[in-house]
Amino acid sequence: MYDAGKIILGIAIFLVLITFPFWFTLALGNPDYQPDPELPAGQVQCVESKEYMIHWHMDLLNQWRDSVVRDGNRMYVSREYGDRHEMSLTRTCMRCHESRERFCDRCHDYTAVDPYCWDCHVEPKGE
Amino acid sequence: MRVVIPLIAVIILFMLAYFGVEAAGLQTLFGVVFPYIALVIFIVGLIYKIVRWAMVPVPFRIPTTCGQQKSFPWIKPSKLDNPSGTLGVIGRMALEVLCFRSLFRNTRTEIQKDGPKVAYASNKWLWLGGMAFHWSMLIVSIRHLRFFTEPVPGVIIGLQDLDGFFQVGVPVFYATSIIFLLAVGWLFLRRVVSPQLRYISLANDYFPLFLILGIGTTGFLMRHLMKTDIVAIKNLTLGLLSFNPAAPAEASGMFYAHLFLVCVLFAYFPFGKLTHLAGVFLSPTRNLSNNSRVVRHINPWNYPVKVHTYAEYEEEFGEKMKKAGIPLDKE
Repeated sequence: MYDAGKIILGIAIFLVLITFPFWFTLALGNPDYQPDPELPAGQVQCVESKEYMIHWHMDLLNQWRDSVVRDGNRMYVSREYGDRHEMSLTRTCMRCHESRERFCDRCHDYTAVDPYCWDCHVEPKGE
Repeated sequence: MRVVIPLIAVIILFMLAYFGVEAAGLQTLFGVVFPYIALVIFIVGLIYKIVRWAMVPVPFRIPTTCGQQKSFPWIKPSKLDNPSGTLGVIGRMALEVLCFRSLFRNTRTEIQKDGPKVAYASNKWLWLGGMAFHWSMLIVSIRHLRFFTEPVPGVIIGLQDLDGFFQVGVPVFYATSIIFLLAVGWLFLRRVVSPQLRYISLANDYFPLFLILGIGTTGFLMRHLMKTDIVAIKNLTLGLLSFNPAAPAEASGMFYAHLFLVCVLFAYFPFGKLTHLAGVFLSPTRNLSNNSRVVRHINPWNYPVKVHTYAEYEEEFGEKMKKAGIPLDKE
């Protein structure tokens, strides 16, 4: 092998970079961490099914915002259950999911999602 | 055919993973077994390639230069185009790897319509598409590290905030997602539309393009249209990283198809044109300083040649030459 020193240095840099997720997680990380969003006690269902909420909650909130801010329509009829809810983050969502820290942030921090809800909304402080 | 067969291959690969998970429930195969295999093939294959390349001797410098070589002190040398030392080589290499400088020099030759005149014009479209594609792919890859690190380093969060700066839609559209798909689309179109390029394009050129286009499209669909459970996905990646994996059933077939196409890309990487990731650093015309006039480069496969000099010849036959009246050097 010619220029062995430089080749081995190059391969070493490549290995360090490509295995970054491995050594970072093993050395500094917390691979066993599981986000555990606190579900409200005494409630059996959200405004839609659990699976729908996991996949589409951000889209639903976006639709609610547009509907309230642009059309002044505050009433939401659940597609899954047919019951009516006021479109409101603070008064509907957060009446059950009381704490941003113990509900929203659990998964958002885990997946590094940083929604801009809280640029305008104030999170309820009262417990 | 050179276009259609790779396209069909990528579609089959997609279907294999999608229906393998949705219909046959092969989560562990596609979520655990293939990623490990692909990573091992990628790393071992790339190192094998690099070592093979390093076995080839480079007996002399190959200065395909566009600049003045270093010579007399009163002639200004071109330090980046024709470097005479290591620093210049690093500069030239960095410009090549980070800015695709040789593509920037691309020209197109045309016969002008108003007469039999040949014209050379600068043609930057390949350079632009290449830059857009490679840089957005790098940023997209770094963004994906949010699924591979816990806690997520601030640099990655900062990068994705910057990428989603325009805050269009929820979840936000990343600028690089759009640029990436457009750039790959353009790099594909130029091969198909231009007759000259179509003529020289092989299945080996189209396959990685379709594969990368497939990966980008499935990723984009999953973020914006066909949702999947990303918490379950991060559990899977962290499990893979700590060698304690469990493939979740919550993740959709689309996710496993995305992952499988990435695995195929990784496994294919060392064997096709994509090895230019490593090969660019070993380009002899880029990584050698032009010091042929300063350093003597000895050909490594030179063998000792047995020579018989005239002095030795005279030593051997001197007396006979003298008798025959032939003049000798020694006298």
